[in-house]
Amino acid sequence: MLKNVSLTLPQNYQHRATIGKILVHLLLLAFSIVALIPFVMLLAGSFSSENAIATKGYSLLPQDASFQAYQFILADPAQIFNSYFITITVTLGGGSGGLLVMSLLAYALSRKDFALHKLLAFYVFFTMLFNGGLVPWYILITQYLHLKDNILALILPTMVVPWFVLLLRTYFSGLPSELIEAAKIDGAGEWRIFFKVVVPLSTPALATVGLFLVLNYWNDWWLALLFIDDKKLVPLQYLLYTIQSNIDALSTDPNLVSGGPIPAITVRLAMAVLAIGPIIFAFLFAQKYFVRGVTLGGVKE
Amino acid sequence: MKNFRTQNGGRNATALDRTNLISSQTFSEQANSPSLSFPARLNRWRRRNATLLLMALPAVLLLFVFAYLPMIGIVVAFKDYRAAKGIFDSDWIGFKNFEFLFGSGDALKIIFNTLFLNALFIVTMTIAALGIAILMNEIREHSKWLTNFYQSALLLPHFISYVIVSYFVFAFLNSDNGMVNHVITAAGGEPVSWYTSPQYWPTILTSVNLWKHAGFNSIIYLSGILAINPDYYEAARIDGANKWQQIKGITLPLLTPLVIITTLLAIGRIFYADFGLFFQVPRDNSLLYSTTDVIDTYVFRALRVTGDVGQAAAAGFFQAVVGFLLVLAANWAVRRVDKEKSLF
Repeated sequence: MLKNVSLTLPQNYQHRATIGKILVHLLLLAFSIVALIPFVMLLAGSFSSENAIATKGYSLLPQDASFQAYQFILADPAQIFNSYFITITVTLGGGSGGLLVMSLLAYALSRKDFALHKLLAFYVFFTMLFNGGLVPWYILITQYLHLKDNILALILPTMVVPWFVLLLRTYFSGLPSELIEAAKIDGAGEWRIFFKVVVPLSTPALATVGLFLVLNYWNDWWLALLFIDDKKLVPLQYLLYTIQSNIDALSTDPNLVSGGPIPAITVRLAMAVLAIGPIIFAFLFAQKYFVRGVTLGGVKE
Repeated sequence: MKNFRTQNGGRNATALDRTNLISSQTFSEQANSPSLSFPARLNRWRRRNATLLLMALPAVLLLFVFAYLPMIGIVVAFKDYRAAKGIFDSDWIGFKNFEFLFGSGDALKIIFNTLFLNALFIVTMTIAALGIAILMNEIREHSKWLTNFYQSALLLPHFISYVIVSYFVFAFLNSDNGMVNHVITAAGGEPVSWYTSPQYWPTILTSVNLWKHAGFNSIIYLSGILAINPDYYEAARIDGANKWQQIKGITLPLLTPLVIITTLLAIGRIFYADFGLFFQVPRDNSLLYSTTDVIDTYVFRALRVTGDVGQAAAAGFFQAVVGFLLVLAANWAVRRVDKEKSLF
C-alpha cells in the first residue's frame, strides 16, 4: 500500500495519506455493496422456498434452498421460451438493422463533399430538440401504420437514435480523409469504401453503439406496453411486468396454472434472474465500451 | 464518383498530390457550375451525391415517419379527436383541451411533481456523481483491480430495465415480507405501509434514481478530472497541499464549467420525466399519485387507461413546446459558459 507514496515525505504525512486511501476504499466498497445487494437478494430469493420468503422475508442467502421456482417455470416453459424468442428476435433485428442504417446515415453526414451533409445533420439533430409527443406518435403507429400487435412495432419506432447517429458521425469524421480519397482513386464506390475502409476502422464506435442498442431492445417493455396485446408477441421484460400483478400470464394455458398452488414470489424472482442473466454477461464482456461510449465525442463537428 | 479516376488517371502524381488535385478541382467545378446547363448540373450533382443520399435514405425515412410525422400530428391537441375520423378530419376545438387540462387541477400537480422531482434529481445526482468521480480518481492508480471492481459494480444498475428495478424496490418495501419492514420490526419499530404512503416517495424515487444512474454519470466527471493537467497537482504537492486542499483548490474549480454545463442541459430537459422510473417503481399505484404522478405518466394514462386523448394531447403539447423553449434557453446559457460545449 505504501509503494506509491514518495519516501521523501514526512512519516506522519505518509500515515495520513494511507489512512485517507483506506477510507476512500471503504467508501467505494460500501457504495459497491449498495449497488450489488439487490442483485444478490434476487438471486438468493429465486433459490429459496416460497414458504421461507413468505414467512421470513427476503434475505441475502437462499433460505431453505430449493429449485422449486425454476422447476415450476421449466414445467410449462412455452410462454417463457416464446418471450425469449421474441426478445432475441427484436434485439438482433433492431440491433443489427439500427446499427446498419444509422452508420450509413452517419457516414453520409461525415462526408463534407456530400451536398446535403449539413441539411441532413440538422434534420437528425432537430429531432433531439423537439418532438410531437406521445399522442400523435401513438395514433400514427396504431391508426395509420396499423402496427398494433405487429413485431415491427417493437423494432422500428426506436431503431434510429439521433444521438447515436451524431456520435457515429463524429467518429467517422475523425478518420483520415486521405484513406477515403485513396480508395476513391483506386476506383472503389461509396458502398465499398464504407464496408471495406470505414467499418473496419470504426469497430470501437460501432461496438459501443451496437451494445447500447442491444441493451435498449433487450430491456424494452415500453413499446410492448403500448402496442402488444397478443400473448404470442410479448417480449421478456413485458412478460415480467405482466406477472407482477398476474402470475397466470406465465402460462399459455390458463387452466394449467390456476390448478395448483403457484410459488408466486419465487417464480417472479426466478423469471427476473433469467431475464437479467444475459445482460450481466454482455455487461462484463463489454464494460470498457460503455465507459468509452459516454466519453466518446459530442454532437458538434 | 468513379469519374475522378478517368479525370485524373492520365496525370502523373503521387497519391497525396492527387488528393489535393481532387479537392481543388471539386471546388473549382462548384464555382463554375452556374455556367453549365441545368441538366448537366443535375447530372453532375446526381453522380456525386446519389449513392450517399441512398445510404442516408433508410434512416432518414425512419426519422421522417417516427419523428417528423408526429410533429405534424401535434395539432391533435387543438382537436376533438375521434379515432374513426383520424387526426386531420377531427373537428377543431381551439383551446378546449387545454381548458379541461388546466381546469382540472391535475395540470398543476403533474407540472409541480415533474419540476420538483427532476430538480431534486439534478442536485442529488450532481453531488453523488461528482463525489464518486473524485473518490475513484484518488485510488485510480493505487489499485487497478479494485478500481475496475468498483466501477463495474456502480455501473451495473444502469443496464437493468425498470421492470427489474421495480422488483428490487418491491422486495425492499412491500408490507408483507419486505426487507425494510423486517429490519424496522426487528429493531422494535412499527412497520410502514410504503405503497400507500405518498409522503415517502420523493425520497424513495430520488434514492432509486441515484442507485441506478450515479455510477454511470460519474464517468463524465471522472473523464473531466483525467483531463486536468497533472502538473497542477504536482505543484500543489510541492507546496505541501494535502489531498483535501488539492480537491478544493484544483479539482472542483476546474470541473465547475463541466458541472454547469451538465446541469444546464439537465434543466433543458426538466419537463421530461423518466417514464420507466415513475411508472414502474411506484407500480402505477393511484394512492401514490399525489407525489409520483408526472407529465409523462399522466399523458400515458390519459391516452391508454382513461381514454382522454384530448387532455393527453394537450399535456403532451405543453411539454413539447415548453421543453423546446427550455432547451433553447439552456443552450444559450451553455454557450455563454463555454462555446465549445453548447449543443448548437
